[in-house]
Amino acid sequence: MITKKDVQYIAALARIHMSPDKLQGLTKNLADIVGYVEQLQKLDLKNVKPTSHAVPLTNALRQDTVKPSLSNEKALSIAPQTRGGCFQVPLVIE
Amino acid sequence: MKLHSLTAHQILDLYKTQKASPQEVLKDVLSRIGLIDSRVHAYARLSSQNDLTQGVCAIPIAIKDNMCTKDEEITCSSRILKGFRPPYDAAVVERIKQNAGMIVGFANMDEFAFGSSTETSCYGATYNPWDLSRVPGGSSGGSAAAVVADETLWALGSDTGGSIRQPASFCGIVGLKPTYGRVSRYGLIAFASSLDQIGPLTKDVRDCAMLMNIIAGYDERDSTSVNEPVPDYTKALVHDVRGIKIGVVKEAFVEGLDAQVRTAVEGAIDQLKKLGATVKEISLPHAPYAVATYYIVATAEASSNLARFDGVRYGLRQSPANMRKNGLMDMYEETRAKGFGDEAKRRIMLGTYVLSSGYYDAYYLRGQKVRTLIKQDLDEAFKECDVILTPTAPTTAFKVGEKISDPLSMYLSDIYTITANLAGIPAISIPCGFSKQGLPVGLQLMARAFDEEMLLRVSYTYEQNTEWHLKKPSL
Repeated sequence: MITKKDVQYIAALARIHMSPDKLQGLTKNLADIVGYVEQLQKLDLKNVKPTSHAVPLTNALRQDTVKPSLSNEKALSIAPQTRGGCFQVPLVIE
Repeated sequence: MKLHSLTAHQILDLYKTQKASPQEVLKDVLSRIGLIDSRVHAYARLSSQNDLTQGVCAIPIAIKDNMCTKDEEITCSSRILKGFRPPYDAAVVERIKQNAGMIVGFANMDEFAFGSSTETSCYGATYNPWDLSRVPGGSSGGSAAAVVADETLWALGSDTGGSIRQPASFCGIVGLKPTYGRVSRYGLIAFASSLDQIGPLTKDVRDCAMLMNIIAGYDERDSTSVNEPVPDYTKALVHDVRGIKIGVVKEAFVEGLDAQVRTAVEGAIDQLKKLGATVKEISLPHAPYAVATYYIVATAEASSNLARFDGVRYGLRQSPANMRKNGLMDMYEETRAKGFGDEAKRRIMLGTYVLSSGYYDAYYLRGQKVRTLIKQDLDEAFKECDVILTPTAPTTAFKVGEKISDPLSMYLSDIYTITANLAGIPAISIPCGFSKQGLPVGLQLMARAFDEEMLLRVSYTYEQNTEWHLKKPSL
């Protein structure tokens, strides 16, 4: 059963700030959905291989050749904050 | 003549005989949008390039708001991407620009394609043109509504668990999810990368085949694109289903299926029999587990894909007024809290949970194993039939607001469509009737991987013998 404490922990992993007023409703939603997917527990899955992709493709390799790509200027033109040709982020270490 | 009410192939015929020009068609479609879109709200925004003086424009098309289009605002109908102008075109957008011409606008959608009703868009809901108090389905609800309301000639959507087919069903049009790998996902803003596929939403089956001819094909920029020859899909429009073996899924006709939907679908089965198809009942024993499997696999992939929206390189950036952890962490958490809507948060968190330490084996790995069983069921079924038939959705279009506060009941509206995504096979929804309330019913057909031609052939034959696709909502 998913608890409020679990939801706070998951929110931190998912990097989403969780305001206390949203916690109750979200806990119930997630508990309902997890309760529903519990039905898979009753299947016998011994010797069943997992499928991560419907089409069995192996590594799609290509030559490592230099091709034209986005310019630094163009890539930064849609960034929220830039400085000296780089993305700027808030201070991490004082 | 109302040009906007025609199909794309009818318009092309008019061009050939010079009875209409692309400029006239575009002008007509734009005036139709001006007249009714304030009520339908199919578009998140119109293209900034709708300038009649510019270039040749063959067929107006609506693009779902999750396909990168150079220098246009593309947002996945999410606050977190407001103002995002991709510096490049998605592969399908390139192909549209090279072949068909004119992008009219960007169709409204559930935020990040998370939904089955187009109610979770940050721009507000899209309404079903058949009954404006009802949803158009989702997540490609804007694309479907725009097509049936004649606000475009055709549209592109994306389908991760039914997001092309279920709205096509609710709006009474044709919607095809191609085989995984058939259409490049390069430039499609990802939801669940092992399931997502772009496909056409059109007024009839011929238009569907024509649009497939434009968008299908190998692309080295999508590492899951499959290098198989692309046929001329219009050649598959053969009026003959004699000898084709159709498997009707026993598990689809159980409790939860609306009686009127059942009646319409059974009517279609009878019709296909009369036209010479062989119909037999088949079983997909693990089909009832598809929704549970999907909500593990799809949310796990989504939580990983949506990690990129962190306020660093593009889109929204927010920081809290007072420091909580440290500057960068606070910025991530505040940006994502403010930028994502409730359903996006639910799915990201569910996906994070099923992948987290201690739960990975119990949920994610188990989900992937059940996916194997679901795929094996289909492989078995295709040994004895060419096409698998179900309803597209268990009900007709539901009321706006009816399911939005109960996520689980919303998820169950994808119960018939999800299987094709998990197995990577192509599936189509075509109109097969109307309820007493005048709401469209959709028929779903699935085929073997890369056999879209089989779907088009059966759909075309059915369509040639019915008139459901000719009905229009009065707006």
